[in-house]
Amino acid sequence: MSYIELKDITKSYHAGNNILEEIDLTIEKGEFFVLVGPSGSGKSTLLRMIAGLEEVTGGILKMDEKIVNHLQPKDRNLSMVFQNYALYPHLSVEQNILFGLKAKKISKTEQQKRLKETAEMMGLSDLLGRKPRQLSGGQRQRVALARSVVSEAPLCLMDEPLSNLDAKLRAQMRVEIRRLQKQLGLTLIYVTHDQVEAMTMGDRIMVLNDGKIQQVGKPITLYNEPANLFVASFIGSPKMNIGRAEIKEAPGLLVNNTLAFSADARLQEALEVHKDIVVGIRPEHIQPATHYEATHSLEVVNVEQLGNETSLALDVGGELWTAKWPGQWEIETGHLLEVYISQEHLSFFDAQTEKLIRPASFSGHGEVQAI
Amino acid sequence: MRIPIGRKVITYLLLILAAFLIFTPTLMAVVMSFMTNQDIMTGSLPSAFSLDNYRRAFEQFPLLHYLINSFLISIIIMIGQLVLASLAAYAFVFLEFKGRDFLFYLFIATMMVPFEASIIPNFHTIRDLGWIDQYTGLTVPFFAMAFGTFLLRQNFKQIPKELREASQIAGMGDVKFYLTVVLPVAKTSLITLGVYGFLTSWNMYLWPLLATTNDNVRTVQIGLRQLQSQEQMNDWGVIMAGAVIVIIPTLILLFLGQKKLQRGLTEGALK
Amino acid sequence: MTNVTAAIAQEEQILFEQTKRKQRYRQFIKGVLFLLPSIVLFSVFLFYPLLRTIYLSFFLTDASGATTVFVGWDNFVTLFQSTIFQQSVKSTFLFVLYTVPLTIIVSLFLAVIANEKLKGIGFFRTIFSSTMGISVAAASVFWLYLFHPTIGFLNIIMEVFGLEKIGWLTDPSWALIAVSATTIWMNIGFTFLILLGGLQSIDKYLYESADVDGAGYFYKLRRITIPMLSPTLFFVVTVTIINAFQTFGQVDILTQGGPQNATNLIVYSIYREAFTNYQFGSASAQAIILFIIILFMTIIQFKLGERKVHYQ
Repeated sequence: MSYIELKDITKSYHAGNNILEEIDLTIEKGEFFVLVGPSGSGKSTLLRMIAGLEEVTGGILKMDEKIVNHLQPKDRNLSMVFQNYALYPHLSVEQNILFGLKAKKISKTEQQKRLKETAEMMGLSDLLGRKPRQLSGGQRQRVALARSVVSEAPLCLMDEPLSNLDAKLRAQMRVEIRRLQKQLGLTLIYVTHDQVEAMTMGDRIMVLNDGKIQQVGKPITLYNEPANLFVASFIGSPKMNIGRAEIKEAPGLLVNNTLAFSADARLQEALEVHKDIVVGIRPEHIQPATHYEATHSLEVVNVEQLGNETSLALDVGGELWTAKWPGQWEIETGHLLEVYISQEHLSFFDAQTEKLIRPASFSGHGEVQAI
Repeated sequence: MRIPIGRKVITYLLLILAAFLIFTPTLMAVVMSFMTNQDIMTGSLPSAFSLDNYRRAFEQFPLLHYLINSFLISIIIMIGQLVLASLAAYAFVFLEFKGRDFLFYLFIATMMVPFEASIIPNFHTIRDLGWIDQYTGLTVPFFAMAFGTFLLRQNFKQIPKELREASQIAGMGDVKFYLTVVLPVAKTSLITLGVYGFLTSWNMYLWPLLATTNDNVRTVQIGLRQLQSQEQMNDWGVIMAGAVIVIIPTLILLFLGQKKLQRGLTEGALK
Repeated sequence: MTNVTAAIAQEEQILFEQTKRKQRYRQFIKGVLFLLPSIVLFSVFLFYPLLRTIYLSFFLTDASGATTVFVGWDNFVTLFQSTIFQQSVKSTFLFVLYTVPLTIIVSLFLAVIANEKLKGIGFFRTIFSSTMGISVAAASVFWLYLFHPTIGFLNIIMEVFGLEKIGWLTDPSWALIAVSATTIWMNIGFTFLILLGGLQSIDKYLYESADVDGAGYFYKLRRITIPMLSPTLFFVVTVTIINAFQTFGQVDILTQGGPQNATNLIVYSIYREAFTNYQFGSASAQAIILFIIILFMTIIQFKLGERKVHYQ
């Protein structure tokens, strides 16, 4: 059942200069939906339009089958968690949590009941009398979440809620928010610039750049079949290696004037219509030539030992590509390294339109394990 | 970093010398207010300590009445300024509407008009309203204040706009948000502005001189002028006693709020 | 079918536009209401008087302030031909020249020595800022005594050093200096407080980094303190100049504009013309001149300030 529907939504502050263009989107009830994109891509604006904090310039915004374009934020029955938490500094934790209920004039007994439940759920019972400045970053975050939970609004909007936390706490809160959302059956729209957050938390992700939708889909789909070069390099860390490709008679394909691949007839045919072609390959698909026979040898520019994996910077025709090998590898820089790269792992993009021509045929099947 | 001992000594010497020079006029007035007129006129050092000058200042002049007037007037102006400036600052920070920028420039423009350049029509206005010798005439013209509006605007701008948005989502209106969130959060700067407003109102001179013709609402500053001119500069002890009484409230306020005032004024002035 | 939906969409679009317009209108009304008290008072006690002053400056008036005869620029012409007014303008500019640089230099010196981290520095800061809490009337009375020809402290000192007594407030060549001295003393408190605030907001790391480079005290003062303080200095200079043009109380208590009009500063001149001589037209003309001078000063300050001031 679609819960939120955006039809041809646009936003502009000055005529002819659109911040957002032709956004069409539906979000299901109970879905964890992530809006991701670099800063300035318009993701926060879109969220704030859904919240009613920004006017919708054009298009239709529906919630629960009803058009809400003109409704005030308070009439949209939603809650919102802000990046800086927006806690009232002069109010105690308890007053902060109850702020919205008081404004909505909900009965005192109901307020106390909800406060007790929420505080317990969020582990804030002992902190109710404190002021925000007496709390740690993680505790503040929790108060902000509690304020959202206590409102019992079916839709919750979050605008980069974790970006003010340190890495460790962030990882922990990711799990907590996800659990909370499932437990309460919330529909959650979550804005972030961090693709890791997007990948790990979202049921579905929408990648936004320059005010335009790049791709909407499940995290794995975005990773395996990025619709264009932007999504390809935005999703995944380290990012996908990109190279310019030329089609040759034999062996078939030459990337960055260095890497040669054989191209079967079908591929040749598929690529012929496109003038310029760009290939992409994930760092984990530049593999050590141990199980397989080496296909190429590349100069090692830098080696980063991460303990559980080794990250290599390789020179490919003047450009730096990254390879990610599981485990620990003793490799010296400056030497040539034998690697295995399969043509099956290459994704093909049109250099002009930047659109995907053909995804890596191997990755879509077989790599995702279902248990 | 540790300061070298030589520089320390020099700095202390300079500090003491400067403090002495600056404080001399005030100190002298305080000492004189406790001296007998005899000692003052002969230029000798104080031979006796007496409260006689203070007693006479209060007995021969309605000094207490002036003091009460000054207190009332300063407090009314202070409250008026706080209310008007905070309302205006709220509009400039939290409300978005057509013409806001124009009105903001209008507020800036008011800072270029010296009050002294418009006293003549103002005097006529007050007179025609029947506000001469009334508290209204001495207070209302000073309620609107561009400097105070800017100072509070600067402070309100530091309140995250997400607080307003969160309250919008919770369904809270502007008036309630202004009262229950903005004013409590900006308490410190309101106090700063209040102290500043009180100080300047207490020390007002030209306008109370014009707008009062009798003792009814006359302020202590004009009272002091009266005292000084009526005594024909003879009874210096009484005059100084009057002057000391005039400066005590503001000095106390200044000493208490010096740090805040300093920070507040610099902020309002420079950003 | 598609036509129908399109029609509905169009209808809705119109509805949205209407509600949007209504909301904007409501926002506008709300904004104006919040600003209304200030706007009304500014209009009544600032903008209207300014226009009215301009209007009055072209008329002769009776004692109640009602206009009688339109005289055009006559008030201004008469003013510029009047030696008293010329004297007044000259005195005012001299007064600004005497007070502004000295106030700034003295206050800056005090702020610099009071910015050291020494024991008991709070006491000195309090003393230095104390004159801010002293009203014009009280300050003038203090100095009236100091300037007293026979029992005044200054002349007692002159005597001690075997010098001739000076008629501080009665000698035309000294009176303006005496009023200036009083004014500088009064201004020090406020100026000091603001400059100290400016000094304290300078980033400590700048000094530490200069220390590492082995910079001396005066080098740091010249290369870090003064440039970093320039926005504050700029503000203080502007305020002091404008205040100097608006001086009234000191003159009223110390000299009443005398001797021989030597201290008849412009605001005092306006006051006397309007409320002693009841020449509201001529007084208004003077008020307009004061307004123009201050406006001009502010603009020059901003133009010069913009270029020279180092903003952080």
